[in-house]
Amino acid sequence: MATPLARVRGLGSAHKGTENFWRQRLTAIVNIPLTIFLVLAIVTHLGASYHEMRSFIANPAVAIALLALILSAALHMRIGLKEIIEDYVHGEGAKIAAIVLATIYAAGIALASIYAIVKISLGS
Amino acid sequence: MSHGRSQAERPLSPHLQIYRPMLTMMMSIAHRISGAANAVGFLLLTWWLVAIASGPEAYATVSQFFGSIAGRTLLFLFSWALIHHMLGGIRHLIWDTGYGLDKTSIEVFAWATIIGSIALTVLLWFAGYWLMGAF
Repeated sequence: MATPLARVRGLGSAHKGTENFWRQRLTAIVNIPLTIFLVLAIVTHLGASYHEMRSFIANPAVAIALLALILSAALHMRIGLKEIIEDYVHGEGAKIAAIVLATIYAAGIALASIYAIVKISLGS
Repeated sequence: MSHGRSQAERPLSPHLQIYRPMLTMMMSIAHRISGAANAVGFLLLTWWLVAIASGPEAYATVSQFFGSIAGRTLLFLFSWALIHHMLGGIRHLIWDTGYGLDKTSIEVFAWATIIGSIALTVLLWFAGYWLMGAF
């Protein structure tokens, strides 16, 4: 007979307890000001020239905000996509494959964006 | 999970198609759709950043695309999805505290998310075009 505590120690079927739930809320809170920043950055740079864009992103405050957004959004994206997949993809193999692809996608978005922002910031 | 047990004939709980569509249910689905749309939208952002990092020629291609009607429409929809998901997310954060779960509040939150996201997006794009000197 498993006691309630033993069951809690097992931390549920994912063995991670509420880690993803908490991480999704944390990134959601961080994403609020950063999303406002991104949307403002998009609408104020419609049709901006190459040099305007470069100097905008090379600004340290802008670069750090963009890096924070990409990191936080990629984590949030990965958890969110995984949740959708787990609800709608029922075959075990297809489900795992979809989660692997979603993780690669989120990581790819993050790495490519971070590389680009760092490259622009360092001016090379 | 043990296979023997899951293969037993069990009554299934009614699924989506059984229920009359309701606003709050639609908003739950809209939150997922806007979230998935944002995942695709970030590809646009990544493309844009990589192009700026790559040089003037790559940026010219991206810039031409985002200047076209299709590109502007995609950007508009991306910004709407971002704002919709953000307002919907704030609604969820409020619910996490245990407040706003009564019938009146959930209806108000639903309408606030729909109307607020459309109004904010349109307003921001007006401001953007105004800054470009379109008016």
